[in-house]
Amino acid sequence: MTASFLSQYGGEIGTLTLEHLWLTGAAMLFATAVAVPAGIWLTRAPHWAKPVIGAANVLQTIPSLAMFGFLLPLPWLGERAARIAILALTAYALLPILRNTYAGIRGIDPSVLEVAEALGLTGSQRLFKVELPLAASFILAGLRTATVTCIGIATIAAAVGAGGLGELIFRGVASVDNRLVLAGAVPAAVLALGADALLGLLEHRFKVPGR
Amino acid sequence: MSAAIEFRGVAVATAQGRPLLEAVSLALEEGSTTVLLGRSGAGKTTLLRTVNRLIMPTSGHILIHGKCVARQDLIALRRGIGYVIQETGLFPHFTIERNVGLVLEAQGRNSAERNRRSRELLDAVGLDPETFARRYPHQLSGGQRQRAGLARALAADPKILLMDEPFGALDPLTRREMQEMMLALLTRLRKTVLLVTHDLDEALYLGNRIVLLEKGRVVADLSAGEFLVSNQPEVEAYAHAFRHSGQKANGARAH
Repeated sequence: MTASFLSQYGGEIGTLTLEHLWLTGAAMLFATAVAVPAGIWLTRAPHWAKPVIGAANVLQTIPSLAMFGFLLPLPWLGERAARIAILALTAYALLPILRNTYAGIRGIDPSVLEVAEALGLTGSQRLFKVELPLAASFILAGLRTATVTCIGIATIAAAVGAGGLGELIFRGVASVDNRLVLAGAVPAAVLALGADALLGLLEHRFKVPGR
Repeated sequence: MSAAIEFRGVAVATAQGRPLLEAVSLALEEGSTTVLLGRSGAGKTTLLRTVNRLIMPTSGHILIHGKCVARQDLIALRRGIGYVIQETGLFPHFTIERNVGLVLEAQGRNSAERNRRSRELLDAVGLDPETFARRYPHQLSGGQRQRAGLARALAADPKILLMDEPFGALDPLTRREMQEMMLALLTRLRKTVLLVTHDLDEALYLGNRIVLLEKGRVVADLSAGEFLVSNQPEVEAYAHAFRHSGQKANGARAH
């Protein structure tokens, strides 16, 4: 890539990177807000675990381009491409967060939970003092997988006009300009690697030795 | 005076209707140590767990100082009963000090009070607070963890202590040390203790009274002295079986 290319597209790359981050970040917030409580609920109602995790799994298998297409004609959502993109990314992020929250809590040593109960901890004390701290690194691992996946999928959101780094990739493909493709792909890859490293650090930080 | 713990016709069955306990009636005197002795599957742990309502009886009642446990506030009931199990159940993400003070924390006591109490108890169970208060459970040996578990059970100064094979996972030497510490502590604190074990020597050493369970029924209920000389067939059979497989069984349980 030449200096003139960068000076021409540098500003746009920056804006699109921020847009990309915003789409992914918003989706992660929504997905966490839904999937963590849902995962906790499933540990209380384990007979629901199979159907609910199964449904999240089915969502995951929908090809992303098709998912964006399905959402396009919906009222309110279809008005703004970013809304579609965030909803679709949220749907993709549900499964890893949900599954890891559920597995993280279910995997806690039963004797620890038994004692928490026997010592007279209330339901919310058990959740916040024992279950969530002990499952935190698992939940973060789910969040990490979801984030990396969504940063990749978000590039396709440009197909419905939601912006983000996919914009450069699609333009590059249409005009057979590999520099533009790379200008979109490289920052997207860097974002994914950065998010992976950062969340990996956090995950490690919350790991409980001996659990 | 009402008994510290009283079981009245307690029966427990599985959801499929298989009986685990049948019509158990016992009255435990305040300040005494009662041992529930028996083989695996005899119903010892099941009976123990009905006291703090980890298990609800299918019929019958459990009374603590004359009050039916089923009618008491569950959280208050459990906070008033110390509970120690073989796996200790120490919270791996808390320091030993915080583990010990957790019941007080749950009750909303301030940290200065909690820490003072934790250190006092660590001292009482033979763990130097300076060395151990700030450590995490995985940094302790099995015997040290068991001591911390005992300290935690005593934190809210409960009148009743439930202990389920508390020394079952320890090697014979550590086990012996723990039993000695336990006996000294119990003599001093005068708690009403219900202890589950399959170890006859432990039962004789720690118990004032030994209740032998077999297939969910009480087959013998004797003082430690009587148990030793009893010629009741079930007692003799258990003692015989224990003496001949005891060492092997102890070795196997240490893992």
